[in-house]
Amino acid sequence: MPVIGSAVVGAGRFLYRFIVGDDWRVALVVLIALAGTGVLQGEHISALWLVPLVAIVMTGISLRRSALKGEKA
Amino acid sequence: MTGAGVVLLTTFLASSVEAIEMVVIVLGVGATRGWRSALIGAASGFVLLAVIVAVLGLTLAAIPIGPLRVLVGALLLLFGLQWFRKGIARVAERGLVGMREPEVQESDVPASGMDWVAFLLSFKGVVLEGLEIALIVVSFGVSAGQLGLSVVGAVAAVVVIGGTGFALKGVVTSIPRSLLQLVVGTLLTSFGTFWALEGLGVSWPQSDLDIVALLVVYGLAAVSYIGLERRRIHHVAIEVA
Repeated sequence: MPVIGSAVVGAGRFLYRFIVGDDWRVALVVLIALAGTGVLQGEHISALWLVPLVAIVMTGISLRRSALKGEKA
Repeated sequence: MTGAGVVLLTTFLASSVEAIEMVVIVLGVGATRGWRSALIGAASGFVLLAVIVAVLGLTLAAIPIGPLRVLVGALLLLFGLQWFRKGIARVAERGLVGMREPEVQESDVPASGMDWVAFLLSFKGVVLEGLEIALIVVSFGVSAGQLGLSVVGAVAAVVVIGGTGFALKGVVTSIPRSLLQLVVGTLLTSFGTFWALEGLGVSWPQSDLDIVALLVVYGLAAVSYIGLERRRIHHVAIEVA
C-alpha cells in the first residue's frame, strides 16, 4: 500500500508541475480568462483577444516577479 | 484538421527539447558506467513510454472533439506558457548556449553483470524527460486528428538527436536548448489558445490562418520581453560593478 500511495503522490506532483508549473498565479488567471471567454461567448460577445492578452500580460508579471526575487532562469 | 507538416514539425521540435536532455543523460551514464546497462535502461524507459502513449491515446480518443479541444487546448496553453516564460528568461540570460553534461559517479561500477545504477539513471532519465513529451504528443496528436503523425514526429526527434549524440560527441550539448524551448513554448501556447477557444465555441475569423496570427503575436511578445530582460540584467550588472 505505501508503494501505491507514493506512486499516486508522485503522479500528482508530476501533473501539478506539468500543468501549473512554478507560478500558479499564471495558471489560475489564464484559466479564469478561459472561463470568462466561455461566458462572453455564451452572451454572443466575441472575446478571442482575452486569453492571448492575459497570457502575455501574466508572462510579463511572472518574469518581473522572478527578477525581483532574484531567481535564476 | 491541422496540416500534417505542422503536426510533424511541432511534435518533432517539442520532443527535441526533452530528447536533448535524455540523450545527454544516457550518453553521460554510458560513457562513465558502461553502455550495456545504460542502453537497456533507456530501452526499458522507451517501452514504458510507449505503453503510456497507447493508453493515453485510447483514453483521449474516446472524448468528443469539442470538450477534448477545451481540455487539451487549456493543457497545452498552460504547459506552453511555462516553456514560453522559461525560454524568454533563459535566452535573455544565457543567449544561445547549450546544456551542461551531468556528473555521473563511476567509482562503484561492477566488473560484470548488470550495473543497476546505470540502468536506473538511464531509465529515469528517459521516463522523466519523456513523460512530458508523451503527454504533449498524445494531446496534440489527438486534437489535430493525427496521433500517428504526432508519434512519428516524436520518434524522429529521439532518433535524430540520439543518432547525432552517438555519432558526434559534444554536438548535442551545444544545441541551443533554451531557444528551442522558447520556439516550442510559442508553438504550444499558440495551438493551445486556438484549440481551447475553438472548443469554447469561438469562431476564428480566418480559420486555421489565425494560428499564424497567434504565433506572430506571441513571438513579438517574446522578442519584446527578451529585450526588456536583457536591459534589466545589464542594469543589474552595472549596479553590481
